Amino acid sequence: MTTVDAFSTDPDDAVPHTPAAAAAGRLNGTPPRTPGADLPEHPDALWKNPEPKKAYDVVIVGGGGHGLATAHYLVKNHGITNIAVLEKGWLAGGNMARNTTLIRSNYLWDESAAIYEHSLKLWEGLEEDLGYPILFSQRGVLNLAHTLQDVRDSVRRVEANVLNGVDAEWVEPDEVRKICPIVNTSTDIRYPVLGATYQPRAGIAKHDYVGWGFARRIDEAGVDIIQNCEVTGFVRDGNRITGVRTTRGDIACGKVALAAAGSTSVLTDMLGLRVPIQSHPLQALVSELLEPVHPTIVMSNAVHVYVSQAHKGELVMGAGVDAYNGYGQRGAFHIIERQMAAAVELFPVFARAHLLRTWGGIVDTTPDASPIVGRTPYDNVFLNCGWGTGGFKATPGLGWVFADTIANDEPHPYAAPFSLDRFVTGRLVDEHGAAAVAH
Amino acid sequence: MQMIQCPWCGPREEVEFHYGGQAHVPYPSEPAALSDEEWAQYLFFRDNTRGLFAERWSHSAGCRKWFNAVRDTVTYRFHATYRPDEPRPVTA
Ligand SMILES: Cc1cc2nc3c(=O)[nH]c(=O)nc-3n(C[C@H](O)[C@H](O)[C@H](O)COP(=O)(O)OP(=O)(O)OC[C@H]3O[C@@H](n4cnc5c(N)ncnc54)[C@H](O)[C@@H]3O)c2cc1C
Ligand SMILES: [Zn+2]
Repeated sequence: MTTVDAFSTDPDDAVPHTPAAAAAGRLNGTPPRTPGADLPEHPDALWKNPEPKKAYDVVIVGGGGHGLATAHYLVKNHGITNIAVLEKGWLAGGNMARNTTLIRSNYLWDESAAIYEHSLKLWEGLEEDLGYPILFSQRGVLNLAHTLQDVRDSVRRVEANVLNGVDAEWVEPDEVRKICPIVNTSTDIRYPVLGATYQPRAGIAKHDYVGWGFARRIDEAGVDIIQNCEVTGFVRDGNRITGVRTTRGDIACGKVALAAAGSTSVLTDMLGLRVPIQSHPLQALVSELLEPVHPTIVMSNAVHVYVSQAHKGELVMGAGVDAYNGYGQRGAFHIIERQMAAAVELFPVFARAHLLRTWGGIVDTTPDASPIVGRTPYDNVFLNCGWGTGGFKATPGLGWVFADTIANDEPHPYAAPFSLDRFVTGRLVDEHGAAAVAH
Repeated sequence: MQMIQCPWCGPREEVEFHYGGQAHVPYPSEPAALSDEEWAQYLFFRDNTRGLFAERWSHSAGCRKWFNAVRDTVTYRFHATYRPDEPRPVTA
């Protein structure tokens, strides 16, 4: 079992208490080690809010994690800085602000393992790269198996992971109990725990800090972050898009990159482009603050809940999407009820915890539960969508390969399998049920 | 939880129903004549309307029949439900 930083009792591991000390730690690049209740203070200024210029080389639609990360790697890896990131609301206020922050790379198929593992490696150096605390905590993930078929599928996924250089092991119920003592491993429950896959390098990060860290970095590099700027149309010249229409005027562009998650089809409809995306509400919730009780991440497909404990102490939980299409950024209450029932059966100690708040985001699901990344029938329009319930973990990895795809006008090898035309060629990357958790 | 009007049973709670996606998507009349592109459209591509959307629901824990609904995908409010052989009603 790995050491879990949030549970350290060594006082030297504590984060500095004063804002000045925290700032000093940040400035010399020392990441805060044990956040506990002491989250680092923010600098006074994170980014400027410039007026949009008349034209940019690249216009990125969507100021979520993916849009911001794409801008970062366009700057860092390709030297492109004349970029605008347009956000209709507030920066990283979409799914980026609403997700449960689980990061892992234990997917079944080679194509998925490649992109998610590339991303996980980038997460491991992201704090230094951004010079900003993101509180990435590699506390491991258990994906529970509850039936014989679950066990077989899990062992198969572990073997596939190992062949792809992803850290993974199969653990028996007594080891599950050692890694996470509060999991109910008794045999007389409806869906007994028959074991689990374990990825020790998986973890969580402070999602807002990730967004702010990217934003601060690209702002320093000269990228314009423009909030309250909704793209409402496109200016078209044959097979090229020469500009975007926005609530703050028309902006000319050399290239357009769409990274609008659940709202992608609203934009592609304006382009006359059909994408196989369905937008669904996905809800999550947190409990009141608790003492450290839950040292890792636990996910279960069969009863469908996933749980981790946030740095401050809330239990953070999510489950599957609401069944119907939606754009309302909320979902139905019975979904939460079901998820809580699953959580309490798996973790009897949660029964007395109070629910603090619930919220919803709008995620973009695809028929094969894999993202759509790459070129479009337009010469200079690039697409990044379809991450469904699991795109936060891909933030740096996707930014990297999407920036490469945009800069070179051809898909990065890690992006190539996720092209839009796979739905016509039939080369699907079917992660439904193959992923460690279902959409 | 919403009450949904089953055209056969009347209003019932949302948990009795099952969602079936976009309505009025006919099976291809000449399947053998379709190109790969057309097959892909039929199998994988559906409208993802922001606003009033005609979609299928099944009263799976009741009469078990399928029916259609016009629902607002922003407010989630049902504006109409109707039988599968009926045309999409005009709603506001
Ligand atoms: C409840 C919940 C839990 C989740 N849990 C996890 C998890 O544990 N792990 C994980 O990996 N993933 C998780 N996800 C998924 C993850 O959040 C998304 O896949 C990911 O955030 C999508 O990429 P993004 O960050 O760019 O999207 P977003 O943050 O949604 O960014 C898209 C942005 O585009 C903007 N936009 C849309 N239309 C326009 C327009 N016309 N003009 C300008 N701007 C526009 C939006 O306002 C939004 O800010 C979860 C999602 C939800 C909702
Ligand atoms: Zn009925």
